[in-house]
Amino acid sequence: MAKHETPLLDQLESGPWPSFVSDMKQEAEARAKNVNNVEYQIPSDVIEDLLGVLELSYKDGETHWKHGGIVGVFGYGGGVIGRYCDQPENFPGVAHFHTMRVNQPSGHFYTTEYLKQLCDLWEFRGSGLTNMHGSTGDIIFLGTFTPQLEEIFYEMTHKYDQDLGGSGSNLRTPSDCIGAARCEYACYDTQDLCTHLTLEYQDELHRPAFPYKFKFKFDGCPNCCVASIARADMSFIGTWKDDIQIDQEAVKGYVNGEFPPNGGAHAGRDWGAFDIQKEVVDRCPTQCMRYENGKLEINNRECTRCMHCINVMPRALRPGKQTGCSILVGAKAPILDGAQMSSLLLPFVEVNKENDYQEIKDVIESIWDWWMEEGKNRERLGELMKRQGFQKLLEVTGIDPIPQHVQEPRHNPYIFWKEEEVPGGFDRDIHEFRKHHQR
Amino acid sequence: MALDYEESKQKIIEGLQKKSKTKSKFYFNDLAKILDAKPREAKKIVTQMINEGILEFWSSGSTSMYGLKGTGKQAGAEHENE
Ligand code: HEM
Ligand code: HEM
Ligand code: SF4
Ligand code: SF4
Repeated sequence: MAKHETPLLDQLESGPWPSFVSDMKQEAEARAKNVNNVEYQIPSDVIEDLLGVLELSYKDGETHWKHGGIVGVFGYGGGVIGRYCDQPENFPGVAHFHTMRVNQPSGHFYTTEYLKQLCDLWEFRGSGLTNMHGSTGDIIFLGTFTPQLEEIFYEMTHKYDQDLGGSGSNLRTPSDCIGAARCEYACYDTQDLCTHLTLEYQDELHRPAFPYKFKFKFDGCPNCCVASIARADMSFIGTWKDDIQIDQEAVKGYVNGEFPPNGGAHAGRDWGAFDIQKEVVDRCPTQCMRYENGKLEINNRECTRCMHCINVMPRALRPGKQTGCSILVGAKAPILDGAQMSSLLLPFVEVNKENDYQEIKDVIESIWDWWMEEGKNRERLGELMKRQGFQKLLEVTGIDPIPQHVQEPRHNPYIFWKEEEVPGGFDRDIHEFRKHHQR
Repeated sequence: MALDYEESKQKIIEGLQKKSKTKSKFYFNDLAKILDAKPREAKKIVTQMINEGILEFWSSGSTSMYGLKGTGKQAGAEHENE
């Protein structure tokens, strides 16, 4: 018998999809049974009370959580999100329900042993509920009491070599695609760059001094598996400068049906014979491809690197050999002014391990200097860019305007000449002018 | 020119105490303003004050603020004493 009746939550289980309510009930039951004899450090019925308070919120149409808190681990201004219930008598198991963020290994590479250790630690000292890699990207531990925080932090850092992630007005836990480790599309080593910058910017990650949150995300190619373009204040997206590599024999192989298109990803249904014209050439967004007399040609100057043709025929086509990344800035979720995707700042940057990614750090730091000084409290970079203009962003980063910055002519952005940029300035010698132009 | 720690500390403590009747939580920017310093310079002072336990962090989860240790507590966060 459940501790609290939850008729409204129960309804959520009736749909066709897996339900978080079922997950929570399952964990509640597991904690009640406790087959491994865990010495739970927080109330064993924490999940029952979580279900109960959620049910009450649904009934009341308002939240029963207070807003924020002072809790954290010593010296860190992030990584712990303090949560307190405003009905602690009725739901003592969730009187405290603090969230902890764990800085996941780059590329989400971990062993089952590591995962089990984290889970065991969290069953022992927390609610046992986790959330892996939501849109924020990191590992989230949901629900523990204040006295557990330092214990968990000590255990994680000393035994598992694992740091907390970012929350609050910090650099958030950087996250990246699996990249060069497993994926042949990778145009740079996402994991190395992600790890390097995570270590470089420890101070920014743990000691909040930004106007608001700031996120880095790293995609090895424009397929954008971590959706950096939509979810990061700075998106690093792999790209190439030269031509798409074509293996004409392999193209014929696809045309003759020797290789399944898309690596067989759509094999669940019979789509008929592969049609290169319809499925590749006609779908190129810039119409820069041609297939004639058994030969595929690409006008690479027009290619926008959308990855479509490469995804369909990976054996035949590959990104070019001169690879690097594009840097885009300013994506954010809706809170003010609606959602925003990142805007292109640098079409191509070399991703150079040899000099510890200095070019990239220079861009990052010039942006931070600007945003830390000019950004209003709780203003994301994308909002500051809108408020002060893209031209200002170019000024502070020392980047010259280029056609790729223009989304639509005369609209976004509009770059004005400044007097000092115009030879001779804005004043003209009217007599000199009149020699060549009549009144 | 690096800021003098002791002097800056006093400025922040006084600055925050002056406003303590109406406010117990401050944005990082407010502290930088009290010091009239660039954010990076101000951050060094603020970090040291945290490490010495003079200031403490407060976080809503998405935003962070600073306060003199022990002031305000939860009521301040909920704007009940404003
Ligand atoms: C082949 C020659 C030209 C082409 C293709 C051309 C094209 C255009 C286009 C596309 C626009 C709209 C720009 C925009 O609003 O985004 C425009 C605006 C304009 N064009 Fe031209 N144009 C040409 C020659 C000229 C010449 C010779 C003059 C003047 C003697 C001229 C005067 C203007 C003016 C005054 C505007 C409006 C600017 C404003 O809205 O402030 N154009 N032109
Ligand atoms: C079982 C309960 C909960 C679950 C499963 C949950 C899950 C999550 C997840 C997945 C995120 C990250 C979203 C992302 O990926 O960006 C998140 C963020 C957040 N959650 Fe929860 N949450 C829970 C309870 C709560 C409660 C009770 C509160 C408040 C009282 C809360 C406040 C927040 C806030 C403020 C953030 C955003 C922090 C930021 O700016 O990054 N959560 N939660
Ligand atoms: S973003 Fe590109 S490189 Fe990274 S995993 Fe996805 S397809 Fe591969
Ligand atoms: S990558 Fe996209 S834009 Fe470039 S040639 Fe292929 S389909 Fe066309």
